[in-house]
Amino acid sequence: MAFEGLANKLQETLKKLRGSGKLNEKDVKEAMREVKMALLEADVNFKVVKDFVSRVTDRAVGHEVMESLTPGQQVIKIVNDELTQLMGNTQSKIVFSSKPPTIIMMVGLQGAGKTTTCGKLALNLKKQGKKPILVACDIYRPAAIKQLHVVAGQVEADVFSLGDKTKPVDICKAAIEHASKSGNDVLIIDTAGRLHINEELMDELLEIKDNIRPTEIMLVVDSMTGQDAVNVAESFNQKLGLDGVILTKLDGDTRGGAALSIKAVTSKPIKYAGMGEKMSDLEPFHPDRMASRILGMGDVLSLIEKAQLNIDDKKAMELEKKIRTQQFSFEDFLDQLQQMKKMGSLSQLVDMIPGMNAGKLKGMEVDDKEIVRVEAIIKSMTKKERLEPSILNGSRRKRIALGSGTTIQDVNKIIKNFEQTRKMMKQFADMGKDMKKGKKRLPFFR
Amino acid sequence: MADLFKKLKDGLFKTRNNITDRINSVLSSFKTIDEDLFDELEEILITSDVGVETTMKLLEGIKKEVKEQKINDPKAVIELLKQEVLRVMSKDVAPVSNEYPQIIVLIGVNGVGKTTSVGKIANRYKQAGKKVLIAAADTFRAAAIEQLEVWSNRVGADIIKHQEGADPAAIIFDAISAAKSRKTDVIICDTAGRLHNKKNLMEELKKIFRIIDREYPEAHREVYLVLDATTGQNAIIQAKVFKEAADITGIVLTKLDGTAKGGIVIAIKSELNVPVRLVGVGEKIDDLQDFDPVDFANAIFPE
Ligand SMILES: Nc1nc2c(ncn2[C@@H]2O[C@H](COP(=O)(O)OP(=O)(O)O)[C@@H](O)[C@H]2O)c(=O)[nH]1
Ligand SMILES: [Mg+2]
Repeated sequence: MAFEGLANKLQETLKKLRGSGKLNEKDVKEAMREVKMALLEADVNFKVVKDFVSRVTDRAVGHEVMESLTPGQQVIKIVNDELTQLMGNTQSKIVFSSKPPTIIMMVGLQGAGKTTTCGKLALNLKKQGKKPILVACDIYRPAAIKQLHVVAGQVEADVFSLGDKTKPVDICKAAIEHASKSGNDVLIIDTAGRLHINEELMDELLEIKDNIRPTEIMLVVDSMTGQDAVNVAESFNQKLGLDGVILTKLDGDTRGGAALSIKAVTSKPIKYAGMGEKMSDLEPFHPDRMASRILGMGDVLSLIEKAQLNIDDKKAMELEKKIRTQQFSFEDFLDQLQQMKKMGSLSQLVDMIPGMNAGKLKGMEVDDKEIVRVEAIIKSMTKKERLEPSILNGSRRKRIALGSGTTIQDVNKIIKNFEQTRKMMKQFADMGKDMKKGKKRLPFFR
Repeated sequence: MADLFKKLKDGLFKTRNNITDRINSVLSSFKTIDEDLFDELEEILITSDVGVETTMKLLEGIKKEVKEQKINDPKAVIELLKQEVLRVMSKDVAPVSNEYPQIIVLIGVNGVGKTTSVGKIANRYKQAGKKVLIAAADTFRAAAIEQLEVWSNRVGADIIKHQEGADPAAIIFDAISAAKSRKTDVIICDTAGRLHNKKNLMEELKKIFRIIDREYPEAHREVYLVLDATTGQNAIIQAKVFKEAADITGIVLTKLDGTAKGGIVIAIKSELNVPVRLVGVGEKIDDLQDFDPVDFANAIFPE
């Protein structure tokens, strides 16, 4: 799972750090060697790593170790602080033009995910009450315009296209004209993928920019990009002056060091991250959380926020109480499964839970088919059984297996998993509470 | 053939220039071989996406030789590096098969260039006088089928397709039946992009290969993992995980016409022994070349 390697490496090295008082040079140097290696393996650019390591070393050597922390935790804290600072502290949003329409222009290399991201962004903006229109300016790639139409259909957004025989800049101009009549207040321009060294095609983008003055020029970058990310980002930025970055495919298992590199060399904010193939899988990018995710702490805050988006507040409070007091029942579990289905796949949520990265919960890996089976089993329980799982004796389990078309082993497994989940969720809820009070603890040092 | 060679070289021009310029400038600034030199070489390899582990391995080997052979000319180090890369890239690589009928399946993560490469590969076999059939088994991505249809028209090859959302294994099944009755030489299959950490999608891939096992055992099979040269260290994980779901026989390395150094293939060959077979150097139909380890090593470290 994402970032597991870095977390483990740091953990290994830092475990050796002992003693108290001040961090000494030798210990810090040793830890920094690992940090350097891990960052390089995470695809953070070589130069960025070098700067980062020297900055952290300077800060760490001679640093007082806080009373509540071990030296190892203290180093992690410094690394985390610096990483957070490098990523940027605050979340950046799309800026809307004070004089509509807002024009968002998407640019990037081939295969980065621009067209899909256009659709996701349109959906996101629709939820904010906007009326976006997608503008088809990829006149080169076969069926790119068709793809944009399909994507737009999926999110029920408008499309403007003049086919593939008109110059992109003219398509854009006509689109603005069209939008003023159709009442679309945001234009999202899908451009063709291009290499940053292709002067002719880079000039095409510049021409569009000079003619239509986009509100936001967004670079779409594949989060799996390696060392070349800095060259790409720098070139696009120098040519066009970027306003922001969207990372795609972050639901993969890349460590995503490119994010760090791009931020470091362009200082442009990463605004969104693509987290899956569904149109709703675009999330605001939280730079501070990305830093903690790099350190393997999971993304607790994201998880909580995501859950809150989809579960109404009162229900959430009830649930939190139930979880904490371990009154969480199969009834709630079923409810949760249905909520989770709304939110996206379970594995995606599991990814964000701290400690899950550590690999010790590997056996709990869930796929979406599994959820269907679990649902069938719970639905075959009586209301009483759902509320009081302790009454589930052998004959009841047999009946449930029969009713749900599964085996008794399946049923046993679900009940066991449920108990585990219940425990885990309690810990999780407690931790969430601590974090809200600012007592952030590092899960892997418990 | 000379033309092909030139194209590959052009495609790799950026790689070569970048790396060599830097190596040369490094070498001229060092009188003798010391740790600083190796630090600089490390930087060059790392920034080429070779990866920490493989870089260390390469440099360890060279350090040893420098010591054993008592080399004290920094310029001789470049020759050693080149030889080492060449050795890694060509070790145990069998020639490409020319048995027919053949079925070629392209797999990989989203956006790496699978569909484009299917078109380019189909064109190659067609040009060589083979009867080619294209199978549109990416039924997931919006307009993927239309994209491939454009390529099949460009190439002038038949295409087997169903509607969007259809079962990819069913398309492969139909393609095989069609190939048998039409006496097709080569089926080339496009598949949906999938992130290797999505378990259900990897299962879908296994299903495709089960169909081929069952319906077309007589055909020679090639499974190409398509990798984007811009990808960093995740490419190694991709290769590892895809290898578990499919017997990958080679790699198609795309987008080498950019500035990405493509050093990742050294790591993949070194760690997993999967050879690179083809190289994508642009978006046009003939922007596809054989991967030749000698050319590759020469292009990275020229005389
Ligand atoms: N510059 C360059 N672009 C390529 C190359 N191969 C594919 N592409 C482009 O990469 C993008 C994604 O390719 P596609 O075949 O749709 O990828 P798929 O999602 O893996 O099927 C398209 O814009 C292609 O034109 C290559 O070798 N060089
Ligand atoms: Mg495709």
